[in-house]
Amino acid sequence: MKQFQSSRRSFLALAAITPFAAMATTACGTSGPGSASGGGASMWFLSGEPNQTTIQKAVDAFGAANADNKIAVTYFQNDAFKTKIKTAIGAGQAPTIIYGWGGGTLKSYAEANQVEDLTSWFDANPDLKNKFFPSSFGAATVNGKIYALPNQYIAPIVLFYNKNLFDKAGVQPPKTWDDVMSLVKTFNDMGVAPFSLGGQSRWTSMMWLQYLLDRIGGPEVFKAIFDGKPNAWMDPAVIETGTKIQELVSADGFIKGFSSITADSKADQALLFTGKAAMMLHGTWTFGAMKKDGQNFVQNGKLGFAAFPTIPGGKGDPKNGVGNPAQYMSISAKATDTEKETAKKFFKDGIMTDTVIDAYIESGSVPIVNGIEDKLASSPDKDFLNFVYDLGKNAPNFQQSWDQALSPTAAEALLNNIDQLFLKSITPQQFAENMNATLGK
Amino acid sequence: MSATTTHRATTGSRNADGTGQQKSALAWLTLPAVIFFLVFAVVPLVGVLILSFANWDGIGAIGAAGMENWTSVLSDPELYNSLGLTFMIMIVSWLVQTPISLLLGVFTAGTQRYRAALAVLYFLPLLLSSAAVAIAYKALLDPNFGLAMGLGLPFLAQDWLGVPQLAVGLVIFVIAWQFVPFHTLIYQGGVRQIPKSLYEAAQIDGAGTIKQFFHITLPQLKYTIITSSTLMVVGSLTYFDLIFVLTGGGPGNSTRILALDMYLRGFRANLMGPASVIAVILVVIGLALALFLQRLGGKDKQGSQLEGM
Repeated sequence: MKQFQSSRRSFLALAAITPFAAMATTACGTSGPGSASGGGASMWFLSGEPNQTTIQKAVDAFGAANADNKIAVTYFQNDAFKTKIKTAIGAGQAPTIIYGWGGGTLKSYAEANQVEDLTSWFDANPDLKNKFFPSSFGAATVNGKIYALPNQYIAPIVLFYNKNLFDKAGVQPPKTWDDVMSLVKTFNDMGVAPFSLGGQSRWTSMMWLQYLLDRIGGPEVFKAIFDGKPNAWMDPAVIETGTKIQELVSADGFIKGFSSITADSKADQALLFTGKAAMMLHGTWTFGAMKKDGQNFVQNGKLGFAAFPTIPGGKGDPKNGVGNPAQYMSISAKATDTEKETAKKFFKDGIMTDTVIDAYIESGSVPIVNGIEDKLASSPDKDFLNFVYDLGKNAPNFQQSWDQALSPTAAEALLNNIDQLFLKSITPQQFAENMNATLGK
Repeated sequence: MSATTTHRATTGSRNADGTGQQKSALAWLTLPAVIFFLVFAVVPLVGVLILSFANWDGIGAIGAAGMENWTSVLSDPELYNSLGLTFMIMIVSWLVQTPISLLLGVFTAGTQRYRAALAVLYFLPLLLSSAAVAIAYKALLDPNFGLAMGLGLPFLAQDWLGVPQLAVGLVIFVIAWQFVPFHTLIYQGGVRQIPKSLYEAAQIDGAGTIKQFFHITLPQLKYTIITSSTLMVVGSLTYFDLIFVLTGGGPGNSTRILALDMYLRGFRANLMGPASVIAVILVVIGLALALFLQRLGGKDKQGSQLEGM
């Protein structure tokens, strides 16, 4: 009998431990450096070219000039980073410099006193503050205080297309939603997928909803959602947006298998430049990646770009844009004073140097610094850069990406429901109702 | 039986001699294990139980929530979807894996050279981590750049991970691919423990290979089957890494099993309270299943299968 009991106990133990082991191994694997040694600071950044090289060079140059205040960088994939940084902050293991996209996520950090208030520091450094587009500070501000340094580049979402395929079909890029639907038919008949989409990442599908809702109902609809107004998601424009999405899915508008493609693998971009898909709605950061990976597809001028089409009878200004107004860097409130000082020094002298700005322009991005018009005009990618600059700087309304603007709880519910909307496992009405339940969360 | 009796007799006499001190010294040796168990199992369990009654976003302060998390999770249809899916994958995985690993185990238990060579190939998936397996399958099954396009095999060119039913089937297949080798190993060991004389006797009585399998091998493997099934069933509650990398719970919620649901709620949506509720549910189900499977083996665990040998 003795043996029986002990074996039962060990099974009990096994059963009891396993769920936590799963939790521990999946989430708490904070293998990255929590803090750098000496007077340095640590930073987590996104892996992937061309930005990884640009940032590494900036960090190396800063380290060479400030031997006592080096920055140690660890790189992570985008989608993995978003989860890891939250867990690290919650566990008090955050790096000194916290990279992000501002908005709702930054708000949750600021309200938990996890990031430094940089308002007075910016007041003491007016030159730095005036260096950046004023619009880039919106998503860095929580309750009137600035918690992050805007940096890198403006990243609107634009419609990319493959000029080879458009020439072959003898068609023009879509100007209206009717054009979109007729192009879907044209390309399907040719045996080419109309739109590439990395649907498993879900925020990729979200970009479609953002533009459609803005074009149909104007920016006020999302403003009401963002402010948590009662029944804001039940706006008829939301339902129409969902209906249009499902029409496009039903017409085979997106590439076969889109819901198993991830953006991190860049397969969605490869589909466009290898000619398997004719168009792709994506962030302007993919321009640099396609320039690097696309075997001269971009260099030979085969990558077309256009603004999102208009919707007949829609209320939104066709000049409106959506995307990321900038990327952001905050300083962990848990860092030591020397680490904080190093980070501030890096913010001031290291992160947006002329070299870095040139590197961003070189890779096809528009840095968020004032007075770069001449530099953009002398670039070989000047058509694209000016297009992005106009879209970003002159848009009457530039909506920050929803999953960043909303709280993490609402954002996860949004992404999950968008996935189901694209699969047609819920109706537009159900989508609106499900999302309506998340208001104020 | 006689061995046990002598053992008991010696223990009893030792106590009678007044060497209880030695016994307590031996008890101290279990201390490291007890500490590990407390720190890594009991403390987190209590922590999760407390968190299930709390409001916490994983970053800020922890506040009391009363029964709110429990009522919201228990009234969420997503919980029942995940629960049903978890049990479905558990049962189908058991139905698929058990016969395959049993037969492979019996096959590889043979002493012929070619069987040993094949066994090495069968065990290969054991060497790979779940994440590597998932990434490899994802790449191979990519509808646009995968194996089907590379080799021009149209029947393989399904949207394996993009259609809900296909994705569930594929997840079960990949789990089986990864875990069948492990269970084969268990069965191989079990089969090799069966005394040769049983088969020899059966042969003399004129039993063929199939009869031998059903009347000797299978009954003799009773406890091996229970062990393997317990590992399969309890283990399937915690399938996470493979599915997380392969589908992320998608498309939609079609592969969002309970362990994944817990993770997504906790670490994506920052709802640690509801995630803890799910963790508690997982513990309860895991305990209940492990107990049930133990009972299945019968109370007479000491009872010999080699009666009369």
